[in-house]
Amino acid sequence: MISREEVEHIARLSRLRFEEDELERLQHGLSAILDYVKTLGELDLDGLEPTAHAVDLKNVLRADEPGVCLSQAAAVANGPVVEAGQFVVPRIG
Amino acid sequence: MSGGMPPRSSMPGAGDGASGEWEVVIGLEIHVQLSTNTKMFCSCPVTFGEEPNTMVCPVCLGHPGTLPVANERAVEYATRIALALGCRIAEHTVFHRKNYFYPDLPKSYQISQFDLPLGLGGRLDVELDDGSLFPVGVTRVHMEEDAGKLVHAGGATGRIHGADYSLVDFNRGGTPLVEVVSEPDMRTPEQARAYLTQLKGLLEHLGVSDVNMEEGSLRCDANVSVRRPGAPLGVKTELKNMNSFRYVQRGLEAEIERQISALEDGETIVQATVHFDPVTGSITTLRSKEEAHDYRYFPEPDLVPIEIDEAYVERVRASVPELPAARRQRFVADYGLPAGDAGILAANRPLGDYFERVAELSGDARLSANWVTGDLSAHLNSTGVGVHESAVTPEALAGLLALLGDGTLSSKLAKDVFQVMLETGRDARAIVDERGLGQISDVVELEGIIAAIVEANPGPTEEFRQGREKVLSFFVGQVMKQTKGQANPKLLNELLRKHLAG
Amino acid sequence: MEVFSLTARACRDLLGSGEASATELVDLYLDQVERVDDRVGAFLLVDREGALAQAAAVDAKPRAERLPWEGVPIALKDLLCVEGMETTCASRILKGYRPPYDATVVAKLRAAGLVLLGKLNMDEFAMGSSTENSSVQLTHNPWDLERVPGGSSGGSAACVAAAEAPWSLGSDTGGSIRQPASLCGVVGMKPTYGAVSRYGLIAFASSLDQIGPLTRDVSDAAALLDIIAGKDPMDSTSVGLPAPIALPTRTDLTGLRFGVIREFLGEACEPGVRRVFDGAVAAIHAAGGVCDELQLPSVEKGLAAYYIIAPAEASSNLARFDGVRFGHRSEGASDLIDMYSRTRSEGFGEEVKRRIMIGTYVLSSGYYDAYYTQAQKTRTLIADDFRRAFGQVDYLISPTSPTVAFRIGERTQDPLAMYLSDLCTIPANLAGLPAISIPAGLSDGLPVGLQIVGPHFSEQGLLEAAYAVEQGLGLSDLPPIAEAAR
Ligand SMILES: [Mg+2]
Ligand SMILES: [Zn+2]
Repeated sequence: MISREEVEHIARLSRLRFEEDELERLQHGLSAILDYVKTLGELDLDGLEPTAHAVDLKNVLRADEPGVCLSQAAAVANGPVVEAGQFVVPRIG
Repeated sequence: MSGGMPPRSSMPGAGDGASGEWEVVIGLEIHVQLSTNTKMFCSCPVTFGEEPNTMVCPVCLGHPGTLPVANERAVEYATRIALALGCRIAEHTVFHRKNYFYPDLPKSYQISQFDLPLGLGGRLDVELDDGSLFPVGVTRVHMEEDAGKLVHAGGATGRIHGADYSLVDFNRGGTPLVEVVSEPDMRTPEQARAYLTQLKGLLEHLGVSDVNMEEGSLRCDANVSVRRPGAPLGVKTELKNMNSFRYVQRGLEAEIERQISALEDGETIVQATVHFDPVTGSITTLRSKEEAHDYRYFPEPDLVPIEIDEAYVERVRASVPELPAARRQRFVADYGLPAGDAGILAANRPLGDYFERVAELSGDARLSANWVTGDLSAHLNSTGVGVHESAVTPEALAGLLALLGDGTLSSKLAKDVFQVMLETGRDARAIVDERGLGQISDVVELEGIIAAIVEANPGPTEEFRQGREKVLSFFVGQVMKQTKGQANPKLLNELLRKHLAG
Repeated sequence: MEVFSLTARACRDLLGSGEASATELVDLYLDQVERVDDRVGAFLLVDREGALAQAAAVDAKPRAERLPWEGVPIALKDLLCVEGMETTCASRILKGYRPPYDATVVAKLRAAGLVLLGKLNMDEFAMGSSTENSSVQLTHNPWDLERVPGGSSGGSAACVAAAEAPWSLGSDTGGSIRQPASLCGVVGMKPTYGAVSRYGLIAFASSLDQIGPLTRDVSDAAALLDIIAGKDPMDSTSVGLPAPIALPTRTDLTGLRFGVIREFLGEACEPGVRRVFDGAVAAIHAAGGVCDELQLPSVEKGLAAYYIIAPAEASSNLARFDGVRFGHRSEGASDLIDMYSRTRSEGFGEEVKRRIMIGTYVLSSGYYDAYYTQAQKTRTLIADDFRRAFGQVDYLISPTSPTVAFRIGERTQDPLAMYLSDLCTIPANLAGLPAISIPAGLSDGLPVGLQIVGPHFSEQGLLEAAYAVEQGLGLSDLPPIAEAAR
């Protein structure tokens, strides 16, 4: 069973916030799922290489040639808060 | 891998506390912006100083659905750097995602490298001011992408703390970076500074970066700790983002002093990021309250591995220009240059190339080195002109040296002609001919002049014949006056003695 | 003209012969949307004006100058970026988001002259198997409005089943095309990983996601795949297909060997589904094919590996939704971290948050090897098992989903039960294999799909085989709601 502290730690890392009752439910929900996926431990996986991609590819590279940029207006068009062509974020410190 | 214990150089104050000797351990992480045409994973141009958010596209803004594609030249430049630092190039190298939230990081992860970096296990031999060398191990060289830029608005300081809000510009976001991580092999701030200076020179030499600390194309973080000699490593702190060589040294000095006095006061050092304020000279600790980072690295599924074969490595190696240290040694060994000249010429690639061409054409390497490090460099330094833009080409300088060698010009005249060459871009022979500057080496002509002067000055002639050697200079002056200084001094001396002797 | 019977190919023929104009076709489908979508709930956005303008442009072109599929309408799962058109992944966090660019598949559709009708409902960020995780609306199964259409491409499957579009595009990360296709009685295909560019597909799990067609029949699936497939310089993981896809013509299965995956016929498989599946096996025999049961022991662990890999990648892919550059931002936050947490907590739904939490957990320090590395190794094991199987047989078959469409709300309280819906489909994603689901018949009036899986890049052969099975089954059932429109 994943601990309450772990749930809170993971939530902080994920930049998610949960109410008390949600945390309670999450703790149980996550534990059930993690217990299930842990059944992989039953497999004998010694000597197997991990697969990151199903299709083997390598060295896919792009020529160093400039393409088209967005206009400033288009670049910030979806920004929730914008000032002087830049994205505004609240106080950091 | 790290070449053993470097020699301790004395640095009063920083290594010694009231309670005795402390040993300082410094490692540097250098971020180098590559001077490619385009960004690491998209085709936006790499620029500096443009209007905010005009050098961006959906990819480098991290828009949903966009995907990275790696820049082939960035990989080549990174390989060049790794090779120049003597690293082993990985046959199989992979990009990872480094996950953390920050407003200048559009995807909330940085595409970087983790356990399979491009280059491993290199070394940079750093030369200190006293000419001694010490090796600094290079742990790894890896590729990653730069973040955007934050400007802090409102508040009193314009700094992050106390700002009301911040503005984000992503023009810089996605610029290719190479991170060079050193072993903790440095023991003094001067060594750190020397390492950084020489790494900068090397990168400049490789032609892969603008290496401008003020503009941020070269950035330095330092890990520093202190310990009693022989004791295990102390707790380290990380000095972030020092934007000049001087600040690196001063920052390190201040932080070392802080650590030593804290330890001597019985305090413990907390692992933290610290900031050096060059104005007040003080150290502040940042982010100490923030929980430890957990970057959750995992292989970037949107990119495929890069596999580097021997042929590629050899191709890149062939494009790596001769490195300064090797060149300096070759200049001493092959041309017999003094170490000082060799060092100057090897440190600056275009100047070294220029010298080699002049030496080849003139056949006199030492003379060529004298002129290139002397008059030519003086002129370039005073005018701020690069050697490739100099009005005097290597061919032209070799032409001047030929006139000097065959006695047409005296050293003094050659210097004058050189000035004219710099001003007009014309070649030496043309200037000498036009101005009749050629040194008079014609025996008959000189003998005529000497005979007339000797005849007109019987008194001094008599004095010389009675053994007053000093009088000779009187006659030299007279001849020079009459020939406007163009008489070949050596020949003149010979002929005068012959005539005066009667 | 009766909309319920129109395949995309039929649309093409009508346009080609001049029996219908592109505008008439668009009107026809928009009328059907009008008639049924308040009950089906497939569409999140209907671009009436844009579609009519596109159709008018097609009609203005002489027929001889038109491309083969020019003027045929299509609808898109709402995770494909269309420049300037709201694209939300059915999430509050992307409400109002208008992408500044077209997905590569969208550019390909435009280049082929297809007319975009609008955007379709889905489970939020493609996380789900019933489309109940949409933050916007429920989508109802056209065969029984009390039931789910499957997911996550529930809108894409339901809209084709209800004849609201002749075909659509969906995406498949663990079965998100095939499972809803199965539950809605349409054809759904997941191509080989890399066959279709992912550029502009809002990522769920990058190493598993593929875009694919949902259509009325196999022939249309082949045609649509041919339009969207291809290597893309914007997607480093794209490969394309070895050759253009031709419309399938095979009707005889002589010489082909099919392996029945025994592990997928266990207790999770409903009897009704089993009965229809056995009927499909009989049809394969009748067409000259050979079916043999075989074992792929590792596939049973696919689900567990998937629920590590997919959330891990998702936790990172969804980190960019931070309220800075696009989408929702919470008001009144005291500082940056507060803004992040509020924005993301308000913007994401419960299942998305759950998966972000799982993904963050399995990648976090100290757990990575126990979970992620194990899952990636399991992936190797599964891929090896498939490779061995394809040494013995040409294709592998199983039911697409162990059950027929379930009732709305039935599994929302039990995530693990919901995850089981994808038991049979997930292994193909983990191994990157092409797989197709075709209607195999009805169980108590609800569709059952047959899944056929092939080796990497065997799309043409897979479509030929599926076409032959389809001809052999000779189904023509339509859901009541489409019939009612008659
Ligand atoms: Mg770095
Ligand atoms: Zn860009």
